Amino acid sequence: MKKHLSVILTGVVIGVIALALVAFGNPANMGICVACFLRDTAGALKLQTAAPVQYVRPEIIGLILGAFLLSLFKKEFKPRGGSSPMTRFVLGMVVVMGALVFLGCPLRMLLRLGGGDLNALVGLVGFAGGVGLGALALKNGFSLKRTYEQSTLEGAVAPSLFAALLMAVLVVPTLFAFSTDGPGAKHAAVWMSLAGGLIIGGMAQRSRFCMAGGIRDGLLFKDFHLAWGSIALFVVVLAGNLILGKFKLGFADQPIAHMDGLWNFFGMALVGWGSVLLGGCPLRQTIMAGEGNTDSAITILGMLIGAAVCHNFGLASSAAGATFGGKIAVGIGALVLLAITLLNLNRKGAKA
Amino acid sequence: MKLVDARGCACPEPVMMTREAMYEDPNHIVVLVDETCAVENVTRFAKNFGFIVTTEQDGDETKLTLTK
Repeated sequence: MKKHLSVILTGVVIGVIALALVAFGNPANMGICVACFLRDTAGALKLQTAAPVQYVRPEIIGLILGAFLLSLFKKEFKPRGGSSPMTRFVLGMVVVMGALVFLGCPLRMLLRLGGGDLNALVGLVGFAGGVGLGALALKNGFSLKRTYEQSTLEGAVAPSLFAALLMAVLVVPTLFAFSTDGPGAKHAAVWMSLAGGLIIGGMAQRSRFCMAGGIRDGLLFKDFHLAWGSIALFVVVLAGNLILGKFKLGFADQPIAHMDGLWNFFGMALVGWGSVLLGGCPLRQTIMAGEGNTDSAITILGMLIGAAVCHNFGLASSAAGATFGGKIAVGIGALVLLAITLLNLNRKGAKA
Repeated sequence: MKLVDARGCACPEPVMMTREAMYEDPNHIVVLVDETCAVENVTRFAKNFGFIVTTEQDGDETKLTLTK
């Protein structure tokens, strides 16, 4: 158990911070959600124009900067990149589309589950299935090829951009679009959100916390090290919601969720599959971008643009359910993942 | 001895490659990696399979020697 301590502690801290951020203003079951918060940030930058989801989420900035600072401090900041960056950009787009059809990244899926939202259980089954497809791809030699060392500046670009975004929003907030209603208008104080992101970013950097990795390693190697982190996160959020009286078991009337089971399933399946091809869930990508991984930074940009596309073209779900466009997008996304999988069975020596 | 060059490979590929090498030589494998994350993952995996793991650091690279 001791060797799992760091990842379990990360799960516990993420759970506590997520509960606290909701208590202090973030949308329900959305203390932190990488997909939703990138979507809100895309809205604030006017990349998408859906009025209810526009806000520069300091949590995202905190995640990247927290990972950046701690990796510098621990001498693990390591600029690298060049492992199929454009393919990763597209994978980022597909993953965020799946997440916005479900309404949450794997992290929010666990937060929703801990709040009693059973639609998230359907999502979890789909997510595990998608991770299974990704694991099968890895077993058959899937690889996006090696990364190579990059300059320090190159590795520092992504954290610097997000630091600049933070400065800009603090100094000249009028540059940005902010929701006056809807989820984008619900948020904890900036310093609180930023602190939460920084702490989670630092801890996840140390422990390599990853939700897709937990299921993936379990399937591939019967190694449940990372899975302990997700379990700890779920247990803390469940307990916290029960104590705070916010636990509500069921499918109906769950906050920022829909009951379209099939599309909850397929949306998260896409997230699981894409995350394994990328080497980690959206949270892990954010952390790695902070550690100087430029491929992960490009993945984040893919998610940012993907989120904008989702809202500009009506692909994201709402409480009413998945949209027609969203269903088509999931279908296309699955074909894209299949093509990327089949065209990248690069690793020789894998047992086909 | 089977040599696995997993430098620049993203997790979990170094572990996948190590496992594939175990089919070829189940007793002695040398793995080259260049990320802390890969060092941790390969070490954990090899220990689960009963290997003794020794590590040698050479600048950014780490040489993991797996023996039974």
